[in-house]
Amino acid sequence: MKVSEQAERRTASKDKEGANVNVRQSSSASALQVFMANKLAVGAVLALLVVAMFSFLGPLLHHTNQTATNLTMENLPPGPQHILGTSPTGKDELGRLMVGGQSTLEVGLAVGLLSTGFGLIWGTIAGYVGGAVDALMMRVVDAALSIPFLFFAVLLAAVITPSVPLIIFVISAVSWLSTARLVRGETLKVRTYDFVAASKGFGTSNRSLITRHIAPNVLGTLIVNGTLKVADAILIFASLGYLGLGVAPPATNWGATLAAGVNNIFNGYWWQLWPAAIMIIVTVLSVNVLGDGLRDVVERRLARS
Amino acid sequence: MAGYLLRRMGQALATMLAVSVIVFVILHLLPGGIVRAQLGSKATPLAVHVLEQQEGLLKPLPVQYWIWLKDTLSGNLGFAYKLNQPVSSLIAEYVPRTFMLVGISMLFAISIAVPMGLWQGNRRNKADDHVISATMLILYSMPTFLLAVVLIVVLNLWLPVFPSTASDYGTSFLVDVKDLALPILTLTLANVTYFSRYMRSSVIDNLLEDYVKTARAKGASRGRVLAKHVLRNSLNSTVTLLGLTLPYTVSGSLIVESIFDFPGAGLLFWNSAQTRDFEVLLGVVLVISAATVMGNLLADILYGIVDPRVRSRS
Repeated sequence: MKVSEQAERRTASKDKEGANVNVRQSSSASALQVFMANKLAVGAVLALLVVAMFSFLGPLLHHTNQTATNLTMENLPPGPQHILGTSPTGKDELGRLMVGGQSTLEVGLAVGLLSTGFGLIWGTIAGYVGGAVDALMMRVVDAALSIPFLFFAVLLAAVITPSVPLIIFVISAVSWLSTARLVRGETLKVRTYDFVAASKGFGTSNRSLITRHIAPNVLGTLIVNGTLKVADAILIFASLGYLGLGVAPPATNWGATLAAGVNNIFNGYWWQLWPAAIMIIVTVLSVNVLGDGLRDVVERRLARS
Repeated sequence: MAGYLLRRMGQALATMLAVSVIVFVILHLLPGGIVRAQLGSKATPLAVHVLEQQEGLLKPLPVQYWIWLKDTLSGNLGFAYKLNQPVSSLIAEYVPRTFMLVGISMLFAISIAVPMGLWQGNRRNKADDHVISATMLILYSMPTFLLAVVLIVVLNLWLPVFPSTASDYGTSFLVDVKDLALPILTLTLANVTYFSRYMRSSVIDNLLEDYVKTARAKGASRGRVLAKHVLRNSLNSTVTLLGLTLPYTVSGSLIVESIFDFPGAGLLFWNSAQTRDFEVLLGVVLVISAATVMGNLLADILYGIVDPRVRSRS
């Protein structure tokens, strides 16, 4: 009786393994299928492509002067010459949104990549090495996370004139923290998996354990997290711009454009406010929807394997 | 429980120490530094040297840190030379207002988000769930300042219900309530989006658990299972979220305070950054971070009380 039960279980588990192998083989194809089936996420990707083309190719079609202040042209309402009117300093608002989009996308992407990379390294080491090293590394993360970010940014910006690379550095300096925490948690989880213990038993070196086994298993979660970091970075960048801590002219960002318009809020100059607001919302919303779509793909994969 | 408490408090203490080192190092790495800010950029090298000597800035950094730490622990946070007041008295005046702003907003946010998340999780993928989720996602994709601007346009410009600045704050109770409406509403909305998303998915996860099936099989109505079992289990994780979002909310209050001219720690900090009053900057960051660490500790202790599994784990 007992023996047959065991045998049954064994065949059952073998069947399961067989199924797993099949799923693994087709998983890369089905990941794309799962994603494409999510119409909202596909729409978000398209929207982001449109924003990117608007920002980087738009200035080729719509020539504007974004460097000189022109006081005879200030606060003009939308018309044939200026489709979205002009700013309080007489710059074409549509052209301004394009320039703002460039820095926004640059900062978002760069922060997403930098903070993910650094968080991955920090979190994997802490989680893998463990012990006192882990405790020390995580206290640093805890401490830095306890300092409200904007206070830190205002402090730095009070003494340094920001540029795009510097802003990327400042936002990344904070953004990697939660990624590190996430990666550490995932590493601790993966470490307990049988195959990791098995390859350790075979004498696999620490380095290849990390790069060949642990990192790939954390990858899916990391991509989702990185996408959401991009959204966060764009929000922070806009907030800094709004506070007047954005990038130095002639570069600009949507937060700064909006801040200039807020002074005219009671004059009813809507074109200085809402277009920039819509650009921020559409971009951040699309990145968030994209992240949610990617999460669905990753979670479905994890659930199956 | 005692072991868990001790371990968590030890961690909080270590975190606080790390915060103080980070803040101290940042401030001393700043180009120009404290002395230049006090004397102005045209000061002679001799004057700079004399003041550096007086302030003990020529000693090695670890020694300076030790002196600063001792002063800080004894309540001496330095002197705000631009505002001509001890930093500690400035902090005692401004910081509690920020705590009030943040505290009330978080309380409101939780009381809205928890029932909403419960409702959504229960009616998963129905039309009303989709509508709420979409609205929350749009709000979630708006920076705090934009939320504030929209609220000013709607509730001040179009419908003149609330004042657009809180600069009269502190004159009388009725004025205060009106002045605080928009700042609190902004911070509340910013937090509701965050909590309700989390609450919704937590409720959905919990509804799939075996204990729900057991309770239902024993004859408990769906409403009772939601109100008694799922609510308590989902609240557990939301409590930790409370601690984790604290720094973000405090950051948000800096924006809200500077937009609405509300005289709290954020505005004090912002104004001091413009005048480079470094002692104030250092003191505010330190006190606010300490409060965040304490808030996190409190949330974890609360978590340990509501969820017995946590105490034995980790």
